[in-house]
Amino acid sequence: MDISFQQVNFAYAPNTPFEKKALHDINATIKTGSFTAVIGHTGSGKSTLLLHLNGLLKPTEGTVQVGDTLITSETKGKALRNVRRDVGIVFQFPEHQLFEETVEKDIMFGPLNFGIPEEEARKRAHELIEMLGLPPEVANKSPFELSGGQMRRVAIAGVLAFKPSVLILDEPTAGLDPQGRREIMELFERFHKEEGLTTILVTHSMEDAARYAEHVIVMHEGRAVLDGPPEEVLTDAEQLAMYRLELPRSVRFQRDFERLVHHNLPTPALTEEHLAVMIAALAKEMGERT
Amino acid sequence: MMEKMIFGRYLPGDSITHRLDPRSKLIFIFLFIFAVFLANNTVTYAILLAFTVFVILLSKIRIPFLLGGLKPILFLVVFTLLMHLFLTREGDVLFQWRFITIYEEGLRQGIYISLRFLILVLMTTVLTLTTSPISITDGVETLLNPLKRFKLPVHELAMMMSIALRFIPTLMDETDKILKAQLARGSDISSGSVQQRVKAVIPLLVPLFVSAFKRAEDLAVAMEVRGYRGGEGRTRFRKLQWQTSDTMILVLLGVLSAIMLYFRG
Repeated sequence: MDISFQQVNFAYAPNTPFEKKALHDINATIKTGSFTAVIGHTGSGKSTLLLHLNGLLKPTEGTVQVGDTLITSETKGKALRNVRRDVGIVFQFPEHQLFEETVEKDIMFGPLNFGIPEEEARKRAHELIEMLGLPPEVANKSPFELSGGQMRRVAIAGVLAFKPSVLILDEPTAGLDPQGRREIMELFERFHKEEGLTTILVTHSMEDAARYAEHVIVMHEGRAVLDGPPEEVLTDAEQLAMYRLELPRSVRFQRDFERLVHHNLPTPALTEEHLAVMIAALAKEMGERT
Repeated sequence: MMEKMIFGRYLPGDSITHRLDPRSKLIFIFLFIFAVFLANNTVTYAILLAFTVFVILLSKIRIPFLLGGLKPILFLVVFTLLMHLFLTREGDVLFQWRFITIYEEGLRQGIYISLRFLILVLMTTVLTLTTSPISITDGVETLLNPLKRFKLPVHELAMMMSIALRFIPTLMDETDKILKAQLARGSDISSGSVQQRVKAVIPLLVPLFVSAFKRAEDLAVAMEVRGYRGGEGRTRFRKLQWQTSDTMILVLLGVLSAIMLYFRG
């Protein structure tokens, strides 16, 4: 499902003394099946941008195209509902949206709302509980009895349950421990590949953007300032510094390393693994030379 | 939706109304409520309305903004008007069609009462728009201070009030966030039968209560670790100062009441 923003402007509380412009002339395209990262420091408009993707906010000016649906300031009702069925959002701290008596019922909330038959929804809930690495007996527990990390997984299951074709993740790993963080991100990557999702990851983490994304959009003060593949966007230290961002850790290490050994590595190291492979190859080559 | 709400909101600014002492504003509003009930004919209502407009102009709040924010209570005003219109049976018959009869007195009372209501809401909104919640609580605390002698926990009451006021925007934000999350999961609050709509509120209320209780607990812990032990021996950072303009506004209210008493029918 292709997504495109055309000249999107958005202001909170327009025409009141509280008016605040949050997006300025956003133009961007996100291709079907791609993994896109939206990065930017706090208050850059990342979260506002993602709310436009399923009509929770509508552009004050301009249009947002999601698949066949065009969202403008006038769109309402049925069209928005269809978009919401196709676009799933995992919000920041999604565990705050849990409310049902049991985990199973909570996961089934979305599917039932979108008209998926009850039996199918239940089956899907149990599949997801397993896929997300939760013990099967949680299905009949109250979501409020679970640990923070487990609640997060249940909430994520609640979004995956209605099989959206576009998945939006707003800082899905905020507040998790490093291991949980890694597990959850790997899970999203697996879903992205297996279900052919179009994934949009909103994050502060340059490392996550570098590792998982194939397309990066940098937001700054409500504008989309950089847009391109991570090899370009995430390796330009000067540009990133202008937008109060840093290089990913592996790229920073690569730069320091290259300066010390007076030798450039062949490609930008977007992950630690890739960096290790390149350094090992270099070490081997140098060893052979001497 | 939420961003249009202006009740209980503070609009920072620099007008005479903003600079008044919160105590004088609170006393003013309290007495004004009684003054409103003095009006009982066209002349007195006109005077009252003119005075309200004068106060709004003095506060430099843009009138369209103020009126726009009043939309949520418009329903109540119209409801009051209609109740009086159809249920009062006094005076001459103005209009009759099948079973609907409208009497002169009904029309008059309807207009008066809804006007009274509107004026009260406008005035209190001007108070909250021009006074920060902190000053309001400070004002309430100082005004209630004499009641301490009767063992009224004045400081605690003021603290509770300021906490409540402080968390209105937080809870609004929270509601907005949860609402968005549930909408994204296909929940639908704005359509369907009444029963369906009531049911659709549960996914909103449960998480809201859960987080409110959590927040209360966090706040209690935060207050305790900073050694909060009530108002005993506490000094103030913000000192309230009574100025000439504060006395003036109360005198003005006295004059208004006198004029209204004179023209009262």
